[in-house]
Amino acid sequence: MNNRFAVTDLMLSWSIPFTVLIFWYVITLGQSSISLFPPPNDVGNAVIRLLKDGTLAKNIEISTMRATAGFVIGGIIGFLLGVINGQFRLAEKILNTPIQMIRNVPHLAMLPLILIWFGIGETAKIVLISLGTFFPIYLNTFHGIRYVDNSLIEMGKTYGLTRFEVFKDIIFPGSLSSIMIGIRQSLGRMWLTLIVAETVAAKSGIGFMATNAREFMLMDVIVLSLLIYALLGSISDFAAGLIEKRVLRWHPNYRKA
Amino acid sequence: MSNGKGFEINIQNLSKFFGDVRVLKNINLTVEPGEFVALVGQSGCGKSTLLRLISSLESPTNGQITLNSAPVKKINPAVRYLFQEARLLPWKTVWENVALGSKERSKEKAVNALKEVDLENKAEEWPSVLSGGQKQRVSLARALAGEPKLLLLDEPLGALDALTRINMQILIEKLWKEQGFTVVLVTHDVNEAIYLADRVVLIEDGEIALDKQITLARPRVKDSNFAYFERLILDRVMKNDEAVESETVDRIYAI
Repeated sequence: MNNRFAVTDLMLSWSIPFTVLIFWYVITLGQSSISLFPPPNDVGNAVIRLLKDGTLAKNIEISTMRATAGFVIGGIIGFLLGVINGQFRLAEKILNTPIQMIRNVPHLAMLPLILIWFGIGETAKIVLISLGTFFPIYLNTFHGIRYVDNSLIEMGKTYGLTRFEVFKDIIFPGSLSSIMIGIRQSLGRMWLTLIVAETVAAKSGIGFMATNAREFMLMDVIVLSLLIYALLGSISDFAAGLIEKRVLRWHPNYRKA
Repeated sequence: MSNGKGFEINIQNLSKFFGDVRVLKNINLTVEPGEFVALVGQSGCGKSTLLRLISSLESPTNGQITLNSAPVKKINPAVRYLFQEARLLPWKTVWENVALGSKERSKEKAVNALKEVDLENKAEEWPSVLSGGQKQRVSLARALAGEPKLLLLDEPLGALDALTRINMQILIEKLWKEQGFTVVLVTHDVNEAIYLADRVVLIEDGEIALDKQITLARPRVKDSNFAYFERLILDRVMKNDEAVESETVDRIYAI
């Protein structure tokens, strides 16, 4: 790929965040941190302060761990159930109705129940995030598998592929683009659920940091928390994009010109 | 031409119903080892169903099919099926697709098969960059990679443009001569059937209406003899109500 274009692309994709930053700096010029909207340099100072006492790194780490653990557990369960229901009609008949019933209850509404069952420890947050990330991956895996081109499966059968080979070589790769959509949706829900869980009931993490800062009117820390969420979200989306490019590299839409 | 590498097909009293609809009725047909047989007929006559039965993609309602005296019960790895569409896996490279046809999935065999169809320079490409004719040649290579004894062709050239079609016909004839497998070709193109086949079998409403040996020398040129056979079979296809069946058969055998 041409390097000059890569630089241009990078500049274009960051042009709006950068403009907002300048705009933010200009309109908050001369204000102090007690005001309702702190200037960027206050937030910058907060970063240095929190880095020095180690709370920033610790909170980012714990939030990332929660998000990852919940996502991995929810994702694996969603994927496996999607595969089983996509492959076996009987399993679909038995499992689909209860899954749809649970799906129609917003997973955040389960928060009180989960808090009572699991307390405000790590388990409760991971369970809630798993619940939130499970459905998009389940649904997209299921539909991806169901809509794999049947003529390719027939071809696999006439060429003597075993059931497992048909899955490995045809059904799974054929549903990957759909599964990737599920993963991206799940990542969005992962951060959303994390924020709610950490805001409502936590003693650590970015959400706790923001809630705690509200108690002391530390506007710079609140804004910083929001920025960290935005950053973590774009990092995870970027990573998903890279994986997508890799696993779907055969797809004409992903091929570099 | 045949060096004993092809399967003999024996079809006895074969019937196939889809629900109450009779698709094939009491078919009896023998195909010699290494023979090239074309099944022609109007769409919906049951010729593709017959092919699917031979490959055991469907199972017969009555009667049986044997390959070298062994009844067809499940997919036979020595029988390869070519579909109307290439049906390549878009997420596998060209050689990986071809390797699917050989049991051990060896790259060497795949590349050799690609050489046969003159596409070894595309081995590392994705199928999506190939043209329609190239895709169909790759699927032919995939069928060849398994060293088939019987090749079932279900209108594999139907979707190709005229020039690509002619090239594919020449290629199929060449490979058939070299490798000696038996071929059953389903087509609605009578011209193509006469160009390629030793024998043309016309199927009408699920029954064999005509079974005609094509006595032209190979490689076939489209001269007046060729036109004669074409006229003969086309007339039979189009005017199936007019001529009395026995008369037609008599006339054919008188030639």
